[in-house]
Amino acid sequence: MQIQPILAALRQHKAGTVLIALQIALTLAIVCNALFIIHQRVAHLSEPSGVDEADLFVIDSQWAGQSSEKQIDAQMQADLAALRQLPAVRDATASNSYPLQGGGWDDLITLTPEQVQKTTDATVYFGDEHFLDTLGVKLIAGRNFRADEVEPLSPRVAATPAAVIVTKALADRLYPGGSALGKQFYAMGTTPTTIVGVVQRLQRAEVDTWSREYAYQALIWPRRLDGTFGTKYIVRAKPGELSAAMREAPKALFAQSRMRIIDPKNGVLSFAQVRHRAYDSDRGTAILMGIICAVLLVITGAGIVGLTSFWVGQRRKQIGIRRALGATQSDILRYFQTENLLIAGGGVVVGAVFAVGLNLWMMRQLATDRMPLLYVLAGVIVLLLLGQGAVLVPAMRASRVSPVEATRTV
Amino acid sequence: MFSYYLDLALRSLKRNPVLTGLMVLAIALGIGAAMTTLTVLHVLSGDPLPGHSADIYYPQIDPADMNGYQPGGEPADQVTWIDGMNLLRAHRATRQALMTGGSVPVQPAQADLDAFYADARYTTADFFPMFEVPFEYGTAWTASDDESRARVAVISRKLNDKLFRGRDSVGKTINVNDANLRIVGVVDAWRPDPHFYDLYQGRYGEDEDVFVPLATSRDLKLAHDGSVDCWGQGSPDQQMLETAPCTWLQFWVQLDTPAKAAAYKAFLVHYSQEQKALGRFDRPPNVRLRNVMQWLAFRKVVPEDVRLQTWLAFGFLLVCLVNTVGLMLAKFLRRSGEIGVRRALGAARRAVFEQLLVEAGLVGLVGGIGGLLLAQLGLWLVRRQPADYAKLAHLDPVMLLATFVLAIGATLIAGLLPAWRACRVTPALQLKGN
Repeated sequence: MQIQPILAALRQHKAGTVLIALQIALTLAIVCNALFIIHQRVAHLSEPSGVDEADLFVIDSQWAGQSSEKQIDAQMQADLAALRQLPAVRDATASNSYPLQGGGWDDLITLTPEQVQKTTDATVYFGDEHFLDTLGVKLIAGRNFRADEVEPLSPRVAATPAAVIVTKALADRLYPGGSALGKQFYAMGTTPTTIVGVVQRLQRAEVDTWSREYAYQALIWPRRLDGTFGTKYIVRAKPGELSAAMREAPKALFAQSRMRIIDPKNGVLSFAQVRHRAYDSDRGTAILMGIICAVLLVITGAGIVGLTSFWVGQRRKQIGIRRALGATQSDILRYFQTENLLIAGGGVVVGAVFAVGLNLWMMRQLATDRMPLLYVLAGVIVLLLLGQGAVLVPAMRASRVSPVEATRTV
Repeated sequence: MFSYYLDLALRSLKRNPVLTGLMVLAIALGIGAAMTTLTVLHVLSGDPLPGHSADIYYPQIDPADMNGYQPGGEPADQVTWIDGMNLLRAHRATRQALMTGGSVPVQPAQADLDAFYADARYTTADFFPMFEVPFEYGTAWTASDDESRARVAVISRKLNDKLFRGRDSVGKTINVNDANLRIVGVVDAWRPDPHFYDLYQGRYGEDEDVFVPLATSRDLKLAHDGSVDCWGQGSPDQQMLETAPCTWLQFWVQLDTPAKAAAYKAFLVHYSQEQKALGRFDRPPNVRLRNVMQWLAFRKVVPEDVRLQTWLAFGFLLVCLVNTVGLMLAKFLRRSGEIGVRRALGAARRAVFEQLLVEAGLVGLVGGIGGLLLAQLGLWLVRRQPADYAKLAHLDPVMLLATFVLAIGATLIAGLLPAWRACRVTPALQLKGN
């Protein structure tokens, strides 16, 4: 196939050629950046939380009246005992927060008390000896809390607890090489705390962009937070009995005491709902990007079909002459395919530059990460295939032009 | 002449329904996507206090210890109780209010209503006049109520509807956390978006139902809600927040002229120096004084994803327009023969150009109407999202007008190149070819 005559013909259609190439270039720039963002978001929202998500739910129970801390602590103990006795419930615990809750309590961690800059950052969970079993997290070193270690958190025991269980991510950050067990650190206090246990994986309470470098860094204090405000019960149902447990649990709590408020809409949430809420924005952006990519590719494809059809219509006579001079149908077909490949090739070269430029601009403006060139390569292949697919219909029509056309004057 | 061109345009568009449909669809999709995201961005970056926000400032001082100190860093974004009270009592601004958020259990008097939690704001009296809060019944409490820790409350219209069936409830009592508060006022519909005065309480679609004097809320041990940032030996324990080295209150002032604002900034520096001399502050004076819009911009209140989506949608619109330029070029050049005849019969280039632009504008108009419908559909989808700003996504008249200006303007620009190319066809060549 000779390229020279094709280039000569394209020179007659400069504006149209440039427009298609430009459209392909812009589409490539947007599509590969969008694909990159979609991939990042999907990767983020499918990160495991480390807990037994299928069987977990949380109850946000707020106290309706004034009570002393002592009363609240007793009520919490009674509530937990009642929850654990339910037939559909495997275990229950009370905490200030839970993975993927959004917001929550964060402590700065240092290795010495006089350190000015923090070593790292960790989400703080309060939990009793049932915490690990309830969430279904795996202890990989050390031990669980003993019942006698768990104290109510009140102003009188505001000091740092002596024992702490940390996630593997936090342990490795503080003491690389798996040597964290038995070591100490400081969490915004003057007394150290000793690592008694390490759990495999437990996600932070919030997973926003700012905390990405602290992912999976969490610590558990042996404390019951008897807030005058309310508490969060985390309940693990027996396998397959989640909905039964979610029905029974609030009833059991109200049977314990009517002086509580459980929000009818958001008071009881399954972990699936918690996860859904935590990654709302990521999912929304990924879906929107996906739709826009798809529509963009369709429009660009349609644009190629439209312009090529026009060119075919314009060149019927020339095609007829070529056919009369001995060109086969497949010669004509290949002519238009090669022509499209040349235009799209030019478009993707410019588009690759645009794509990298757009990514650099977004890195400055919107704190996006650097896009691996693999995405550009994928985009190039997609657009070249799209061009070939779109040109096929008008090119087939061109190849069917009869040699008789050469003899017609109009 | 215009109506003749319009007639010609309609005929020409009807001649290639597929091509015309493709152009209109591309414009409509582009405009629809762009307007949906632009409307969301427009709503989210709105002014919560129109015409008034430039005079409302958010002073920041730096009371933390030297731990983690970096010269030139940002000062704390809330104030401690001690500093808040000092600044409040200094009365250096036209108006000033110290406040924080919380939520309170409300025990309705009616037996048929269960107890519920209501979002609350604990504030000093200037909150209401400073933010120009409208009242349906009654008034705000006074500064002397703040001083005497009066058991009073202002409630929202929504709560008044729920508890008192919308009747004037001034003088009645509301039971909050086992205490009876006398209602002095009912706020009329008022919901500033963004929730600028306390971004920790949610950024959009937030409103409080119960307003209680700050001192009273501390007496009644009403639960505080929001960010508490402590240093040194500070612990965010609810009961000890008055003395703890923790920032947890927002302090807002009204300063009517730039000169007053400059003077207030100097006062903040002076106050910081004084506190350092007293040994309360460790850090050198580091103050900021931003007004409402500057504060919202600094806190990047518009979600990053919304800006990303807006850029994406405009990129999409650009591709749709390039696509339309290409199609229009094909369409106009296909009619070279017809144009050649018109030119040969004496039509000026300018006339042909105008005729083709009318056709382009018509595509833009139809595309714009389609885009408007798609934008409405898009906004309806946005409103069904669970995000806190979702409910606000409505097209206002400004954005409605912007849709059509954008659609027709963009299509006219898209039509320029094809029309210019088409009106330059040589009549003789076309006639000969035919």
